[in-house]
Amino acid sequence: MKVLVPVKRVIDYNVKVRVKADGTGVDLANVKMSMNPFDEIAVEQAIRLKEAGKADEIIAVSIGVKQAQETLRTALAMGADRAILVIAADDVHTDIEPLAVAKILAKVVEEEQPGIVLAGKQAIDNDMNATGQMLSALLGWSQGTFASELDIDGDTAKVTREVDGGLQTINVKMPAIITVDLRLNEPRYASLPNIMKAKKKPMDEKTAADYGVDVTPRLEIISTTEPEARAAGIIVGSVDELVEKLKEAGAV
Amino acid sequence: MAVLLLAEVTDGELALDATAKAVNAAKALGDVTVLAAGATAAAAGEAAAKIDGVAKVLVAEDASLGHRLAEPTAALIAGLAGDYEHIVAPATTDAKNVLPRVAALLDVMVISDVTAVVDGSTFERPIYAGNAIQTVKSSDAKKVISFRTANFDAAGESGSASVDTIGAAENPGLSTWVEDKVAASDRPELTSAGVVVSGGRGVGSEEDFKLIETLADKLGAAVGASRAAVDSGYAPNDWQVGQTGKVVAPDLYVAIGISGAIQHLAGMKDSKVIVAINKDEEAPIFQVADFGLVADLFDAVPALTEKLG
Repeated sequence: MKVLVPVKRVIDYNVKVRVKADGTGVDLANVKMSMNPFDEIAVEQAIRLKEAGKADEIIAVSIGVKQAQETLRTALAMGADRAILVIAADDVHTDIEPLAVAKILAKVVEEEQPGIVLAGKQAIDNDMNATGQMLSALLGWSQGTFASELDIDGDTAKVTREVDGGLQTINVKMPAIITVDLRLNEPRYASLPNIMKAKKKPMDEKTAADYGVDVTPRLEIISTTEPEARAAGIIVGSVDELVEKLKEAGAV
Repeated sequence: MAVLLLAEVTDGELALDATAKAVNAAKALGDVTVLAAGATAAAAGEAAAKIDGVAKVLVAEDASLGHRLAEPTAALIAGLAGDYEHIVAPATTDAKNVLPRVAALLDVMVISDVTAVVDGSTFERPIYAGNAIQTVKSSDAKKVISFRTANFDAAGESGSASVDTIGAAENPGLSTWVEDKVAASDRPELTSAGVVVSGGRGVGSEEDFKLIETLADKLGAAVGASRAAVDSGYAPNDWQVGQTGKVVAPDLYVAIGISGAIQHLAGMKDSKVIVAINKDEEAPIFQVADFGLVADLFDAVPALTEKLG
């Protein structure tokens, strides 16, 4: 079985996000970029499926700017077998919307015929939480979102999902789209030898036009602003003073 | 200008608060029709009919709709979509499972976690875990939207909308429900708790995390942790608060031995009152704290636990 893992290049989660002065978006120039953390969990799960003998090939795919090849190299260094880079924008500030990403992924799925797509539940930049569900709709496949456990048995996958009230377990028919949540696993770090080896793994380069998908955004960004800052607080001198202040504030 | 609102129905019961907040958010967009779907949904539909601002209720009862499985629920909504310009829901995990699927079936974008309605096609929503607020204008003929309920007041309950029964869509039979497990902990759930007590790398070990848990239990709080504490193995991953974990906004957030990495702040800075206890007075956490205490947590936390008795 082939596993397809879409990965996204986003601002590293340790970097403070700055809104551009002109309000058109968030500043991405000269900012450290990394693989979306939820996508790392998806890559890790794909590798574990391969190690368990349930998958035989892992294909990482990224849709965005040319620089996303670095993100794909990370996936290859972790253990993916090959990569597909789909260039859909020139400007690093252009975020391809989940609907367009899902349409391109649907075409990749048609070509590659994976038995499962493992995706992060959301990207930590636009926080839309949509691509997996949209891809599932376009393909008419089953979906198991926000997975914290995944057990594939033949043509069924048992998925435990993180939902508001606790956990929900469902069986989904394969092929399926699974979007992964934090508890599923802890992603490995790529070792130096594997980083070197990853440079030799194959990476195909395509464009959105190759797949005949129009990536024109449906949502126009009118403005991007900083959230309201918190008012400055105070430093208390002792535990007693802290308890007193909390009581005054009605917090305890 | 009509709005179809997917009510939050769990095991036949209406989640009134979440649904009433979404109704309030949706009222500005047009006449609101509430869809109550489930294996049993009639009682939920009757309850929804009382929410102020609801013009009409549709009740769809079918075994396939019993556990809010995405495929049959999305098929039902997509089938009804012709009559509506807006398809909305409270931003729960159920709705986030279903709405993007609906949007793709209709070939439109979904707009998740909307915090303010500017006009019928323009909405505000947080990006980067709330580190920026974006205003977006949709050019789609239909808008599929989830509302972040914490940003809206609940509509009242003096309405009396009419209730119609409709049929389910054909079940595509792609998934089946196995079981629901409500969180087994005696502590409140992290994302909805009124008080959260979190520990960071400064706590130093899994054993010493008991200090955090004891204080949390004294306050009836949920326990959280920074990513650094989780990565160090002091706390389980599902306790993680931050951009890569849970985003929380309790009335009181107590950060203990947490330096305040950006990714942690993104997950808790909307809390009403923030307390920080850290021995490093330069720690960035103090910049967002209402009350900061520069102290060794191994002295301060037991003392605080005792004095809050």
